[in-house]
Amino acid sequence: MALLTCKDLCIGYEGREILHGLNFSVEQGDYMCILGENGSGKSTLMKTLLGLVPSMSGEIIFGDGLQKGQIGYLPQQTDVQRDFPASVKEIVLSGCANRLGLRPFYSKEQKQLAQENIEKMGLTELKNRCYRELSGGQQQRVLLARALCATQKALLLDEPVSGLDPNATAHMYELVHKLNKESGITIIMISHDIQAAMTYADRILHIGKKVFFGSRDEYLARLDKTGFAQQGGEADA
Amino acid sequence: MLDAFDKLYTYITEFAFVRYALIVGVLIALCSSLLGVTLVLKRFSFIGDGLSHVAFGAMTIAAVLKLTNDMPLILCITIISAILLLRTGKNAKIKGDAAVAMISVSALAIGYLLMNIFSSSSNLSGDVCTTLFGSTSILTLTTTEVWLCIGLSAVVLAVFVLFYNKVFSVTFDEDFARATGVKASLYNLILAVVIAVIIVLAMNLVGSLLISALVIFPALSAMRVFKSFRSVTVCSGVLSVVCTLLGICISIVYGTPVGSTIVAVDMVAFGVFMVIGKFCGRVKA
Repeated sequence: MALLTCKDLCIGYEGREILHGLNFSVEQGDYMCILGENGSGKSTLMKTLLGLVPSMSGEIIFGDGLQKGQIGYLPQQTDVQRDFPASVKEIVLSGCANRLGLRPFYSKEQKQLAQENIEKMGLTELKNRCYRELSGGQQQRVLLARALCATQKALLLDEPVSGLDPNATAHMYELVHKLNKESGITIIMISHDIQAAMTYADRILHIGKKVFFGSRDEYLARLDKTGFAQQGGEADA
Repeated sequence: MLDAFDKLYTYITEFAFVRYALIVGVLIALCSSLLGVTLVLKRFSFIGDGLSHVAFGAMTIAAVLKLTNDMPLILCITIISAILLLRTGKNAKIKGDAAVAMISVSALAIGYLLMNIFSSSSNLSGDVCTTLFGSTSILTLTTTEVWLCIGLSAVVLAVFVLFYNKVFSVTFDEDFARATGVKASLYNLILAVVIAVIIVLAMNLVGSLLISALVIFPALSAMRVFKSFRSVTVCSGVLSVVCTLLGICISIVYGTPVGSTIVAVDMVAFGVFMVIGKFCGRVKA
């Protein structure tokens, strides 16, 4: 049973259809990249998977013990967050909010979990620093640590390297790669960076006018033969 | 100066209404400033203003209907508006700030219109002025009103403490909270109800035009200096209580209007915090 299966999924916003007939599945331990040009519906697809936007038709089936609300999410930064007065510790801990249930305060184990993820992301020294004073790369690591508090199985990342300098970008990719290989966390990443997708991902979902889903090698073969990506507009970038 | 203290001391010890005013003032200041942090961060600074105008409109409706106890009606209408404003949030056709502005001016206009058409009072502009800028009503509180205020404030504080962590996660990143299974809309709803209650309470204190000041000033001041959500919240609460106490005392001694004096003190505090923030740069959370 796959971790996540989409059957004939149709996504859209406010009654407007963006994409239809999406079929793909993600297995435990996969590293999948979602490619596609701007406006092709990548972010909408991600929001639909997370249950933030209702799907228009079709099915999303969770398997392997994964439940809705157990997917860690690394969103793109919002305006609100840029000047938010909160310490790194507070933000990472807030990833445990979905485990609180009716309890008003965090338990010892949850604080411990947050601490572990802070260490994992190399944020120990920044623990008490204010979020808005951190660099872009550090902020992304904080949000990644928070996402790890919310999940043990799957992470969805929405363009995690946008706005980062080359060093921070490489570091970010390494971190995600390590999480995938060492902790066995399933990665689903929206990306503009086709190079990185080819390096790290083992599955590709390309959406747009033409939809492709398959392994990286199949995608590369297709790319060579038909110039698929050019048609999709991705390789122009 | 000593005279002033003497005068204040005599007032506090001799007149129950001064003590009532201080109690109610402190409670309202505390509640509004705690929620203020969240509202400012959610970019809803103006909701206080908007809702208080709604409350003003509701008050005139109550007056026209000749209700003796207008509190329940005002509370109901304000809570409903708050829910509509905060819930529609991002996906609304009319976006947050515009929706707040629209509701705010409409309520103000209708309120004044109703008062003009139906009022039997001879001093209409005086009446309107009192409701808008706060009145002496803080100094004429009845025991029932004081107890009502204590009760509601206790509820508000309890809700805030119990939901502190969830409110934080929803304020910082609503999408993430929702995606990971936190019931964000429920907490938004709770927040809306609580803020409406506070605003109706606070109308007695500073009047409907100045409520925003109670909500945003302490939070903004605290954010100049402190760097973590908890320290900002605590500082905002303490600062607000201190400023309000000071404001009420000054207004009693010097006979200035209560609402605007409190806001003036808040402004001064903001200035001080801004300077501290500039010079200290980084204060450890």
